Amino acid sequence: MTQAGTFAVAALQGDEAVAEAVRQCDVDVVAAYPITPQTIIVEKLAEFVADGRFSGEFIPVESEHSALSACVGAAATGARVFTATSSQGLAYMHEMLYNASGMRLPIVMAVANRALSAPLVLNADHGDMMGSRDSGWIQVYGENVEEVYDRTIQLFKLSEDPRVMLPSTINFEGFIISHDKERVRLLDEGAIRRFLGRPAPKHRIDPKTPLTFGAIANPDNYFEFKMQQAEAMKNTLAVFNEVEEEFESFSGRRYGAVNSYNTDGADRVVVANGCSAGTMRAAARALNAGGEKVGVLTIRLYRPFPAEEVVANLRRAKSVITMDRSFSLGAPSGPISEDVKSVLKGAGLGAPVMSVVYGIGGRDLSVDDGKKIFEMAKDENSFRATQMLYGVKG
Amino acid sequence: MSWKELEEAAVVKGGTSAGYVVSGWRVKKPVIDEAKCTNCLICWIYCPEPAIVRREGAKVTIDYDHCKGCGICETECPPKAITMVRES
Repeated sequence: MTQAGTFAVAALQGDEAVAEAVRQCDVDVVAAYPITPQTIIVEKLAEFVADGRFSGEFIPVESEHSALSACVGAAATGARVFTATSSQGLAYMHEMLYNASGMRLPIVMAVANRALSAPLVLNADHGDMMGSRDSGWIQVYGENVEEVYDRTIQLFKLSEDPRVMLPSTINFEGFIISHDKERVRLLDEGAIRRFLGRPAPKHRIDPKTPLTFGAIANPDNYFEFKMQQAEAMKNTLAVFNEVEEEFESFSGRRYGAVNSYNTDGADRVVVANGCSAGTMRAAARALNAGGEKVGVLTIRLYRPFPAEEVVANLRRAKSVITMDRSFSLGAPSGPISEDVKSVLKGAGLGAPVMSVVYGIGGRDLSVDDGKKIFEMAKDENSFRATQMLYGVKG
Repeated sequence: MSWKELEEAAVVKGGTSAGYVVSGWRVKKPVIDEAKCTNCLICWIYCPEPAIVRREGAKVTIDYDHCKGCGICETECPPKAITMVRES
């Protein structure tokens, strides 16, 4: 067994790291369709199959709708199942997302986040996943290649837990993480497989025991089936911590549902997700060195929303800056902002919230941009608008 | 029923429709005139349900538990041996 601290080190792109994790996780079925910027995952897995390094079934389907449909069927047999997509591909899966979660199938999906057409764009924003925000899938956002690798492994364990039985996504920004080559400390395959065990669902179909999943519900019980999913989401918060603890025991690595950097005693706290959280921490460090009291709260687990941890970390903040890399057209502010405002209000906290929308369609966010955003939050007028579109050319 | 008692994922066993009686769905029921019937099996082919029963050495009969009363058999029957009769 790999001891914490001794690892095989590799230079991998985000997509390559996900494919490597899937290969190591003893996955039975992969059904996927290539789409930029996720394509490398599918290509790499196909290469593993051709090289005899991956014994799972690889189904090259004709569309994303078929990809997730094949995953639903495979998962209903009790198989460990993976798929990957981006942008239009995720949109094309939309219908099946609800079937996978409603049928309580623990499918794991990598989403290399990409903005949606039209106009056609290949670069990152979270608009794709936020468009499927309410589909009943667990949503985790990674901010570097190693974290994305680790989360892919963890999510099989989380999704397959009998208290959870929900599908999950590991989200990471297209190109910025999917194509960036970083140092990854790979874990021992044997240790990963001991950690995961094998899926043991309560119901599984085979030719001898035909079952219907997701049979018709009516107004007298549909609400109750959704309540079961909501309860599973609630359980996920606790199971997430257990999974992280067990993962840490053999990897030495732990991330948390949220990550707090200097939030205690800060007068301005940024709440962000994905790779920009790291950018904002770098900006905060620079400002801290100059004596400014600023901090960053990273939302790593977004669904279920870790409300208690968010509130605990924002309890003493004098002001809050939310950062959404998705543009909810016509809404008062972005989805993270709405969630944060909702839990603050629920906890009776009155800190003003500045809602920033940034990075749309892959527009870069630099450390200097981060400093400017913290600077804007010194001005109380910045809190008057329902949201601020940072970096849009006016 | 409380959400705590419902079977998760709305999972039900297969093959349950065989035991599901749909006779109450009908407004009219098909009646076969055995004298006219040539046992050509056109009704058996066209029936969307398994409601026409083939019999060895005898003419077809109707499984009224699974007949929904659609009337396709009456329309398709070449010798006009099937008549839809209003349910009493």
